Amino acid sequence: MSIKQISVFLENKPGALYAMTGVLAQNKIDMRALSLAETSDFGIARMIVDDVYKTTTVLRDAGYIHSLTPVLGVAIPDVPGGLNKVLQVLTDAKVNVEYMYAFLGGETGGKAYMIFRVADNNKAANALEYRGIKLVEPEDIQRL
Amino acid sequence: MERYYQPEIETASREQIKAWQDERLVKQVRHVWDNVPYYRKKMEEKGVTPDDIKSTEDLPKLPFLSKADLRDAYPYGLLAVPLKDCVRIQSTSGTTGKRVVAFYTQHDIDLWDDCCARAIVAAGGTNEDVCQVSYGYGLFTGGPGLNGGSHKVGCLTIPTSSGNTERQIMFIKDLSATILCCTPSYAAYIGETMKEMGMTPEQIPLKAGIFGAEAWSEEMRQDIQNTLGIKAYDIYGLTELSGPGVSFECSAQTGMHINEDHFIAEIIDPDTGEVLPEGCQGELVFTSITKQAFPLLRYRTRDICVLTREPCPCGRTHVKMTKPRGRSDDMLIIRGVNVFPSQIETVLLNHGYPANYQIIVDRVNHTDTLDVHVEMTPEMFTDNMGEITRRQKELVDGLRSMLGLTAKVTLVAPKSIVRSEGKAVRVIDKRKI
Repeated sequence: MSIKQISVFLENKPGALYAMTGVLAQNKIDMRALSLAETSDFGIARMIVDDVYKTTTVLRDAGYIHSLTPVLGVAIPDVPGGLNKVLQVLTDAKVNVEYMYAFLGGETGGKAYMIFRVADNNKAANALEYRGIKLVEPEDIQRL
Repeated sequence: MERYYQPEIETASREQIKAWQDERLVKQVRHVWDNVPYYRKKMEEKGVTPDDIKSTEDLPKLPFLSKADLRDAYPYGLLAVPLKDCVRIQSTSGTTGKRVVAFYTQHDIDLWDDCCARAIVAAGGTNEDVCQVSYGYGLFTGGPGLNGGSHKVGCLTIPTSSGNTERQIMFIKDLSATILCCTPSYAAYIGETMKEMGMTPEQIPLKAGIFGAEAWSEEMRQDIQNTLGIKAYDIYGLTELSGPGVSFECSAQTGMHINEDHFIAEIIDPDTGEVLPEGCQGELVFTSITKQAFPLLRYRTRDICVLTREPCPCGRTHVKMTKPRGRSDDMLIIRGVNVFPSQIETVLLNHGYPANYQIIVDRVNHTDTLDVHVEMTPEMFTDNMGEITRRQKELVDGLRSMLGLTAKVTLVAPKSIVRSEGKAVRVIDKRKI
């Protein structure tokens, strides 16, 4: 139902993100989604990758502080009002969205994919599936 | 023509000063022995009784007092008179959050005011002057001390206290203030603000400033003198001894005359405690010989400086001390507030942060800044930005209540704090003082 997001602590200074993507590149890790949140002195890189275990291992070895968070990947029809419909479901279920960001390209077949970090994954997943909205499963990540 | 507030004292012969010190020291040691069990015990441990103290030459026989003693004895342990004889307390922030509370009888306050009055007259003050006291009023000694001195001199006193800079400038201009008393960084800030308001030094009547409670450089003096169009005088003191006015600068501006009729100064080797000869650099130790309520004997200030008794062109005969050149402990003075790294460490640990931190002190536009860098840990980290910033704010609040000043907290990557020989460098002081 949920997929694993890796969040990484980064200082907000030139080269900090580059250094991290360098570690991922060296280890041939494919990033499928990425978002950055920042304050004036630090930031959090949140990402969905093809190989969670390998990524956390190489990040730890490189000295990065990171955490794993279950998030929802939602397939949204790539038409006007698509996101609005998903949010309508979450609103009706009274589930708060803490943050969300878009999935990177790939074979999307007329669908846009978004990552949702919500207060209650179970409640959100049930509500979405009940309304026929498809969720991304961990094994789908490779394919997307 | 040099003017003095108490010429017969300030220009007394060295023999006379020595005679006063001998007589008052003997009396004071007896007073402390009789009334302060805490110090009496220290004397007994050293095998000294009041009979052993006959003159200032016997001072080295007496035990030292340190800030740790003040903490141990908090609040009444060093009080030497009944509480009903006290009329005031003043206070400073101390180590690990414990404050130093100093007590005063009316007599103590009169003598303290005299000391501050000497500083104001040395800066050219008379009863025709208008003296604006922009030091904080309250528990901090700066405001009350200079306020009392200004009254003694007979100046018209404007007790603005600190803050509200535009109002400060308005009073200086509208009420023709001629003397300004505040911290040097605040004086510089007032100067900057005046400039921003499009005012020139010629438009204000100020002629002198008495600035203390924090370290400042000769360059900063020049800067303040130019932006405010005044002569800037240094003043030194500690709450433990009374407050500002323990020593003050004269027209020569080459060191501060210690009020030796009230305080005996010694310079010691901070490691061995041995008294050093005149002219040597070491830790300044004071014995308060006229205070009734809170008479500290051989109090270690932790300030490093040099004493000189060479004749001063101003005619004052009291010994001069250089500006403090550093500390023999790790205390920092930030915006006039005493800060120990251990206090910051305590707050970090209380808030669940690791003790991997670095304190960066700088001076931006003549104002001290305090930045605490803390290394992020896996335990503290979450994907939730709001949670991290909330904790960061809690830490800022915790530091403010411990230190009494606002610090910036910066979260940094693990292992990014420089370690030399495995040991982190805790304090980086970038101020050029």
